[in-house]
Amino acid sequence: MTAAAADKPKKLVIICYSGELEKTWATMILASTAGAMEMETTVFVTFWGLQTFVKDKKRITGENWMQKMMSFMQRPGASHRPLSKMNFMGMGPWMMFKLAKKYNVAKPKDLLEMAQAVGVTFLPCQMTMDMFGLKREDLIDGMGEPVGAATALQLMTEADSTLFI
Amino acid sequence: MGNLDIKLKVDASGLSCPLPILKASQGIKSVASGELVEVVATDPGSVKDFEAWSKSTGNAMVEHSAEGGKFRYVIRRK
Repeated sequence: MTAAAADKPKKLVIICYSGELEKTWATMILASTAGAMEMETTVFVTFWGLQTFVKDKKRITGENWMQKMMSFMQRPGASHRPLSKMNFMGMGPWMMFKLAKKYNVAKPKDLLEMAQAVGVTFLPCQMTMDMFGLKREDLIDGMGEPVGAATALQLMTEADSTLFI
Repeated sequence: MGNLDIKLKVDASGLSCPLPILKASQGIKSVASGELVEVVATDPGSVKDFEAWSKSTGNAMVEHSAEGGKFRYVIRRK
């Protein structure tokens, strides 16, 4: 059975909507593992999720004062995700990373890089980019072309499994 | 056991999910079709995970054993 099953790769689509650390972690674990399982994996990155895909060293993004202020108040980048509970001004995530290191758990950023290495496609949402004033060069390297809801829906209807995280 | 021609050994000891699978996947891609890769992990969850991964990718599990908290998998690249 395995040979026949593996001949036609399964398709997974993840809608990466949230920007909190714990949800980002879930997205990256599933995306990288799906890639390793040779599933055709696409992650549509939208709304708060797109903040994770801004380069870590970018501090302020956006073109007008409102966009700049938004980015100031929620630091972008895969390494700067807040927890939805027990964030305590960054103390929570700091402890989470300490624990992750102690128990040899890969960080979201490492998993993201591994996912890219196994061929997972990350597609940024054009509308979110416009609204937050994000440019292609603000985002990490290796992302796909920006797309919209129609592309996401088409991918979802063709997929074997779809997740909204 | 001793007569298997292992092409590559991957040590995933101490690593948590999903790293043993990601390491196995990297490893298997570096050998040719039909060649064997041995992965050693200590994550108890890896037993079921390697079964699922083997089933999904079609890389066959030739041998697996558990001894003293170490889980050993020998996988043949499809």
